[in-house]
Amino acid sequence: MTEDGIRCDGRRLDELRNISIKVGVLKNADGSAYIEFGKNKILAGVFGPRDVHPKHMANPDSGILRCRYHMSPFSVTERKNPAPSRREIEISKVIKEALQPAVILKDYPRTVIDVFIEVLQADGGSRCAALDAAAVALADAGIPMRDLVSACAAGKVADRIVLDVNNEEDQEGQADMPVALMPNLGKVTLLQLDGMLKPEEFKTCMQTALVGCKRVYEVQRKALMEKYFQNGEQ
Amino acid sequence: MNSQILDQLKREKILDLLKTGKRIDGRSLDEQRPLIIETGVIPKANGSARVKLGNTEIITGVKIQPDKPFPDLGDKGILICTAEILPLADPNAEPGPPNEEVIELARVVDRGIRETEMIDLHKLVLIENKSVIGMFIDSSVIDSGGNLFDACSYASVAGILSCTVPKWEIKDEAPVLVEGVTSKPPIKTLPVSVTMARIGDYIIVDPTKDEESCMDARITITTNSDGNICAVQKGGSDGFTAEQLIQCSETALTVGRKIRKQFETLM
Repeated sequence: MTEDGIRCDGRRLDELRNISIKVGVLKNADGSAYIEFGKNKILAGVFGPRDVHPKHMANPDSGILRCRYHMSPFSVTERKNPAPSRREIEISKVIKEALQPAVILKDYPRTVIDVFIEVLQADGGSRCAALDAAAVALADAGIPMRDLVSACAAGKVADRIVLDVNNEEDQEGQADMPVALMPNLGKVTLLQLDGMLKPEEFKTCMQTALVGCKRVYEVQRKALMEKYFQNGEQ
Repeated sequence: MNSQILDQLKREKILDLLKTGKRIDGRSLDEQRPLIIETGVIPKANGSARVKLGNTEIITGVKIQPDKPFPDLGDKGILICTAEILPLADPNAEPGPPNEEVIELARVVDRGIRETEMIDLHKLVLIENKSVIGMFIDSSVIDSGGNLFDACSYASVAGILSCTVPKWEIKDEAPVLVEGVTSKPPIKTLPVSVTMARIGDYIIVDPTKDEESCMDARITITTNSDGNICAVQKGGSDGFTAEQLIQCSETALTVGRKIRKQFETLM
């Protein structure tokens, strides 16, 4: 990083990578989205509400949400074993818990909503990008939601707090903090951190990430508007 | 189904009590259960600890052995923390491959110890890029009474503090054990994990199993001896406001100091 805070990929400290989201990219899924977030290329497909298999997982009082985050073997530099790793299982869990507060599951007892995420190419911050696509795909599936979920990471690189850590920065950096926010309800639904932050930096880092989440929200909203309100109707 | 009705009743009782500033076991909101640490419980391990945090009980063993370094980390020793919930620890635990909760538990415990840089891994190298010392810290939950994250983390830290590192000499590029010579592990800092649960608008430290069954969300924050925040994991099916999270980070630091004092007596 240069003295005046220009990062290795030419971004300023508080600048996001390029994000583009396409809604409804899959024919078979009830809802879907494709996101490019920097070099991340991620597909999300939503099925349901539908019958739960295995049946014992069904909840008579509420629907359930399941989530699978999976990386394609060709998505990273060294081929990845296609079997789900412990990292992927953990990420699937935190993504599910980040989406759950937004989805109104009470209306669909004994059913499941399945969210499948496939990382076709991975860059830093793939869990956030995956979550952004998954939230849009849920909305595209017409599932009632309290809010969207928007995610973005912040971190510490060369002693400075930066927004949206890329792969190189994640490897060399001092901290990485993925955050997900329900922007209209002001609730943080995912927060992880690895690295080392002073208490003051922790606050700044979180605030920086939250600002990023709100910007991601605008991109998500626009993508949904483009599909559903093409002629400027509301 | 029955358990859901029970959870609902428990939740109402727990919430009613929280409104008066009390908890179901009489603790204050930011009070941990008594932590009892016993070390050296498994003499065949290089280090071990048996930790009780309220009704939760963990046994951790540390095994130390020469290993090949990771290809991209040839100048560092190996540190791996695992955790498992034994089938005898909980009526709902099952033998077999770990489920997502157990995987999360193990990864969060590992992250806390790794990211605080508790152990100076550079000091565990025998021959750069070829041979290093591996430390394997395996925790088993033997009785589950809530807050397995902190209990496993404390047991792992206590296990590491209690361990003695054998000495290996290099002969023909292979490590050979030197009998009777050991040293203390290269400790840089003391990580303390503090887990909090949100129930309604209340945030409580060190939730019991009953409190966990009706919590809205959970957060685990690990701090080091210098008062830095090094690892965070939010869990549970709801969220936190930014203000609540900052409050949690402050609580993690203050509560962490007390536990760290307890660790210092083990050194």
